[in-house]
Amino acid sequence: MQINVVLNGKTITEEIAPDLLLIDFVRNHKCYSVKRGCETSNCGLCTVFLDQKPVLSCGILAARADGHAVDTLEGLLEEAKEFAMFIADQGAEQCGFCNPGMIMNAIALFRENKEPSDEEIREYLAGNLCRCSGYEGQLRGIRAFLEYKKQGGALCVQ
Amino acid sequence: MLKIKEYVKAESLEQAYELNQKRGNRILGGMLWLKMSNARIHTAIDLSGLGLGRIDETEEEIRIGCMATLRELELNEPLERISQGLVRESVKHIVGVQFRNLATVGGSLFGRFGFSDVLTGFLALDTYVELYKGGILPLRKFVEMKRDNDILVRVIVRKTYGNYVYLTHRNTKTDFPVLTVAVSSDSRGARAVVGARTQKAVCIALPQEWKCRLDQGNCSGKELQELSKELAGEIPMGSNLRASAGYRRHLAGVLIRRGLLALQERGRQDAD
Repeated sequence: MQINVVLNGKTITEEIAPDLLLIDFVRNHKCYSVKRGCETSNCGLCTVFLDQKPVLSCGILAARADGHAVDTLEGLLEEAKEFAMFIADQGAEQCGFCNPGMIMNAIALFRENKEPSDEEIREYLAGNLCRCSGYEGQLRGIRAFLEYKKQGGALCVQ
Repeated sequence: MLKIKEYVKAESLEQAYELNQKRGNRILGGMLWLKMSNARIHTAIDLSGLGLGRIDETEEEIRIGCMATLRELELNEPLERISQGLVRESVKHIVGVQFRNLATVGGSLFGRFGFSDVLTGFLALDTYVELYKGGILPLRKFVEMKRDNDILVRVIVRKTYGNYVYLTHRNTKTDFPVLTVAVSSDSRGARAVVGARTQKAVCIALPQEWKCRLDQGNCSGKELQELSKELAGEIPMGSNLRASAGYRRHLAGVLIRRGLLALQERGRQDAD
């Protein structure tokens, strides 16, 4: 079957197998930030945006993305870079495997809620599993980033 | 591993229904559970082009298209208001936002899954399902029906104002629930719904006398404890890796009691 997908702003028309998962489609197009983790739709590593909403690309067929926009971290580099510095500053990446999915979902949170409380951050990111950090580093990084944004981006990253 | 030979984006419900009558064809909901299976599907039927992702409010009810996602339920203001937060509470623990942006209300209810938070929550409300051929029927009747090849088109929540409380227990956050409990008191009576007992959720009606006392807020803690224990004892429980039947029965008593206490508190506030 043929699909048309706008992947990171670029229109792609392609013949695909009906059971091709979106994760395989985007990785076939060199979007390697999208990681294959649990494959049971639990860990959040494969998070992409489908029409600006975060979804698990291992849990949706590429066929469902026909006629829609898909964005991966490769398409959000500028937005992600600014935030990722705060995560790095807290040493919260550790092995780094969960990072792309975590950053994608954090960006979705910031777009939806400019000033989330700690509880709202925890609730929104509950679907992103990290087996290194215990999440405290990420939470500190997010708080620091939000404070930075609140101050108009005036603070220096240490 | 899930295998699909053909994929059809349905252009009408009639086309989807016709296709769904053939063995080997399947309708796709959010397909998160289906994807975990080794099913070999001849034709996957996609309803996403039929405008069934909407949630509409009328004077008497809220009409939820089967393709509305759990995240859309969670954020829907009329549902929040009518259910007193029950709908949001029932879905917010389900994996994560990314998962809930895919999982659909139709898929969650049509499956009548034994682990379902969504089924437990909607059973506590005045909920109906609209089947393409079967028409509109109460959700509690639909739950008892055998799975067939009809299509769940819409979920309809009537605006039956009352008090609703949802509680769940999980071993770890975002995991399947060990037990789900919803209690309610509205013009239809008072009831307790218990799900994730390893079988699909069941609904138990409370005697009218208890409803009156709960609404007036004059039950003692001890009375509610005894009533909860009695109700929990009536519900068949099963064991699995998450918990034993005995643990679930004890937990059901605790969660029903907490739910009834919250219900009674709201009854008191309404009376004031």
